[in-house]
Amino acid sequence: MRTDIQKINESSPWTELTEGFRIQASGNSAEFHTGEWRTNTPVFLADKCKQCLLCAPVCPDCAIPVSEGRRGEFDYDYCKGCGICAKACPFDAIVMKEGIEP
Amino acid sequence: MSEKAIKERMSGNEAVAYAIRQVEPDVMPAFPITPSTEIPQMVSTYIANGQMDTDFIPVESEHSAMSAAIGSEAAGARTMTATSSAGLALMWEELLLAASNRLPIVLTLVNRTLSGPININCDHSDGMGARDTGWIQIYAEDNQEAYDNYIQAFPIAEDSRVHLPVMVCMDGFITSHAVMNISLLEDAAVKKFAGEYHPEEFMLDAEHPVSVGPYAISHYEMEAKRAQEAAMERAKEVILEVGKRYGEMSGRSYGLFEKYRTEDAEFIMLIMGSAAGTAKQAVDELRESGVKAGVLKLRVFRPFPEKEIAEAVKNCRALAIMDRCESYNGNSGPLGSEVTAGLYRNRVFIHAVNYIYGLGGRDFTTEDVKQVFEELKETADGRLAEQQHKYIGLRE
Repeated sequence: MRTDIQKINESSPWTELTEGFRIQASGNSAEFHTGEWRTNTPVFLADKCKQCLLCAPVCPDCAIPVSEGRRGEFDYDYCKGCGICAKACPFDAIVMKEGIEP
Repeated sequence: MSEKAIKERMSGNEAVAYAIRQVEPDVMPAFPITPSTEIPQMVSTYIANGQMDTDFIPVESEHSAMSAAIGSEAAGARTMTATSSAGLALMWEELLLAASNRLPIVLTLVNRTLSGPININCDHSDGMGARDTGWIQIYAEDNQEAYDNYIQAFPIAEDSRVHLPVMVCMDGFITSHAVMNISLLEDAAVKKFAGEYHPEEFMLDAEHPVSVGPYAISHYEMEAKRAQEAAMERAKEVILEVGKRYGEMSGRSYGLFEKYRTEDAEFIMLIMGSAAGTAKQAVDELRESGVKAGVLKLRVFRPFPEKEIAEAVKNCRALAIMDRCESYNGNSGPLGSEVTAGLYRNRVFIHAVNYIYGLGGRDFTTEDVKQVFEELKETADGRLAEQQHKYIGLRE
């Protein structure tokens, strides 16, 4: 019997968890918003960006959405503020700012 | 009805390798370490000779062996491995993951001491070191039990009430390398008993995706661990059912422990592994001279049958608890701690004396056993103060 994980929450008794605390679904890391860990925030300067896309693959989460060969604005729900994208950018199109707001 | 028995003579390692060929699990990742090396070696030979169809993964370490076993079992394949001593220690982190992810992996542990000093011979410090990893642990007295326990491990581990990994343990060299007579089962009987593995959930089931081993925040961690503990509690009834069913097939039944001449015993020795045979021999000799001695041979260490042990020894005058392992807690070995705690919780207040024996392959003889029984009698008669945590055969 597959448990409906939608029914499991922080009030669920131990007898109602899934075996081995498994998640009976896939692709669910998107529901985990790591952006709330952030203490520093990258800011995207679109006018300096050459769309070289060196930033997107080095992001350890999925904070740099790419669509039709172009990156867009940061998705801050997934940005932990690690700053790797700012280091990777050859054109100073990403600058790190202190604090959680862009 | 009993299955036909095949009479053979084999070492413990040969017997387990033979059982592996008969069960024919899907995957075996393994890395060699003395004294368990022969098991993957013999299985590799069976595979090379076309006698079995298991995927053998030669890995670069035991850390990798258990990691590969976890991946393979989670994918839905029946998986086993074998190791000893430092190999088990290197699996440490993964042992806990195998259990908490509820993966019914079977591991043959050929017991060897953990360093240091570095030594290749038998004691139980490897298995005892892994006692809180969430694995079921079953210990064998001889090659026959190693063979029988191995075949029972899969139906125990894979039972839907359990879904926990099982460690099948035998004493290094003493059992793994000594050749004894053995009674084997026919391939078809073993295959039928072990059954086919059809996991309810597995990662290669594309129709029902599942994520194994997710992060749990504090709101879930205690509940997840409590659920795992409940599975270990349920394992006890499953082990008993499987042991009984195995007896109906083979003529050899198994319980949580074996009671050897304990019914009217005034003095009982609780012991695990190959030394139980030595203890039984000494008890037979003592009985001839009128000493009411008995042996309680512990077979299942995890789940720990403390209530059943307390019930089995409650009428004796004194109990010797034999540890083939030091625990470095300043008081006792691991069995010494757990058995005495169990006696207290069950309100059995008899003399219970903890001994350490056989570390790093040190001989343990019938004379040693008789000396222990003599000391038990003197203690119970009030002529000797309880000497807890005494080393047997130690040069002083």
